[in-house]
Amino acid sequence: MLTFLNHLINGISLGSVYAIIALGYTMVYGIAKMLNFAHGDVIMVGAYVCFFAVSSFGLPPVLGVLLAMLVCTILGMTIERLAYKPLRQAPSLAVLITAIGVSYFLQNSAQLLWGSNQKMFPAFLSGDGISLFRGQINISTVTVVTIIACVIIMLVLTFFTNKTKMGKAMRACSEDKGAAQLMGINVNSTISMTFAIGSALAAIAGVLLCSAYPTLIPTTGSMPGIKAFTAAVFGGIGSIPGAMLGGILLGIIEIFAKAYISTQVSDAIVFAVLIIVLLVKPSGLLGKPIREKV
Amino acid sequence: MKKILQNKATRSNYITYGGVILAFILLQGLSAANALSSSLKGQLVPICAYVVMALSLNLTVGVLGELSLGHAGFMSVGAFAGAVAASAMTESVAAEPIRLAIAMVIGAVFAGVAGVLIGIPVLRLNGDYLAIVTLAFGEIIKSIINNLYIGIDVNGLHASFLNNNITFAEGGRMILSGPMGIPGIQKISTFTAGFILIMITLIVIFNLVNSRSGRAIMALRDNRIAAESVGIPVTKYKMMAFVTSAALAGAAGALFSLGQNTIIASKFDFNTSILILVFVVLGGQGRMWGSIIAAAALTVLPEMLREFADYRMLIYAIVLIVVMLFTNSAGAKQFISKVKSIFMRDIEGGEQNG
Repeated sequence: MLTFLNHLINGISLGSVYAIIALGYTMVYGIAKMLNFAHGDVIMVGAYVCFFAVSSFGLPPVLGVLLAMLVCTILGMTIERLAYKPLRQAPSLAVLITAIGVSYFLQNSAQLLWGSNQKMFPAFLSGDGISLFRGQINISTVTVVTIIACVIIMLVLTFFTNKTKMGKAMRACSEDKGAAQLMGINVNSTISMTFAIGSALAAIAGVLLCSAYPTLIPTTGSMPGIKAFTAAVFGGIGSIPGAMLGGILLGIIEIFAKAYISTQVSDAIVFAVLIIVLLVKPSGLLGKPIREKV
Repeated sequence: MKKILQNKATRSNYITYGGVILAFILLQGLSAANALSSSLKGQLVPICAYVVMALSLNLTVGVLGELSLGHAGFMSVGAFAGAVAASAMTESVAAEPIRLAIAMVIGAVFAGVAGVLIGIPVLRLNGDYLAIVTLAFGEIIKSIINNLYIGIDVNGLHASFLNNNITFAEGGRMILSGPMGIPGIQKISTFTAGFILIMITLIVIFNLVNSRSGRAIMALRDNRIAAESVGIPVTKYKMMAFVTSAALAGAAGALFSLGQNTIIASKFDFNTSILILVFVVLGGQGRMWGSIIAAAALTVLPEMLREFADYRMLIYAIVLIVVMLFTNSAGAKQFISKVKSIFMRDIEGGEQNG
């Protein structure tokens, strides 16, 4: 029972990271209707920036995270402006390939700038953590921070999209861009804003991910990126609560599959669960069913 | 004959056949005259395999109109089935070309069966959901093959999953050992075999596309609901295109693996699927000759860029982005049409003057 609880907590922690990444995917998909495959690599850039800020320049970790968020926000907006904006009207496959090109570009730039040797991410979230059941369950600080960060991000984002003017503009744009424009919403700046938020979240996710799994290489972001993308689809792509739910469930499934079935095929099990869910609910757990018109 | 050649599609098909044959003769000639660098010579078989992969994916993406992100999975199934079969037949079938042909057929059959199994659930979905499920299947196939152990002895083939617990009769040997893949493959793939496979692929695809079934498949791509409402069975035709595509990819996989020393399952991952998708998109969806040129050029390009060493993948990425922006953005389109109109005016003016 206690090991079960332990696995559950680890699963929620890993799932929280997936959820934060998935939020970036799902927001961008909701508004720009594109699969932003470069998102995983923005995570990697965020982790590298934080790494250098903390271990090379000796900045305090909080400043390191803020700097990473700033750099990623600028990076995300630049990518959107240069690579995706000219393709607004282009077929979706062209945008997808461009996103993949951007992903290759970021990975290879990182390799040239920072080398392909793995870096050990500083453990600035060490500390005793929480002990439960007279020390039978130990929850590390990283886990606690990750889960709290995830909850805060979800609350803030829900508030932002439902209550603020910018959030409402975002929802309007994702429903109908033309109508939103007629209502006086600046669609371009709204999309740019979405990329900015998604990329800032990616930076946080990168730091949390590397605090839990401290090896940092230029391809660090790709597999979590794919998994988080899966999580976003799992929860219903385009839906913010769906991305949270999908991410956390995916993390739990992955940890349980590793613990109780087999480490080698845990990825296969995660993807198999995704397929089964999509067969039962073709638009994901919380996704709106798409009505087709002739 | 004249009537046939007036049909634009048919003419384009014959030009494609002719182009492939010409390229083959040219490369064979250059190769015989020792005018090809050894690295390019080594690339010939992989180029053929990637061309077939691009053609087969173009059937799914361009003709059927569904995005598949797991095409490397079928290549993997074909590669491993073909390599295991070839290894098992080393003694029984002495002639290498026949062994290669049988291995390719076995690869195609296995990949086709995988295509049916995957197609049943996948083809119920649409759009991006279908894409993510193909991605998931690609990863599952990779995971399964990574944990598969196959050995052979006098009693036949033995397989086990997750752990290697195969016990052999005397003289038995391992063929596929999980994450280590298949080492020591006898290289029996030749450029000629690759050429023949490309021609077969083209014949299969062109005949499918120009048939009644092909028109039904394209109708589904253009408007699924309209096609369904005039009585086209959706699942049947989607399956037909998807499974054909998978089987061709399987044959390409067998060709590829039998031209390598070693193959491992993680070679055929998401990145490989994307690589092939890039060939299809750059070559043009639904345009077979475009896929052939894009696959060949982009397989050779990284080799050509070798002198830039570390920068070559960066250049590749930039080329990819620039080409996509240039061919698809509204501004670039306007520019192209402007250039075209100036050019056309000149020609017309020239004709009037002359």
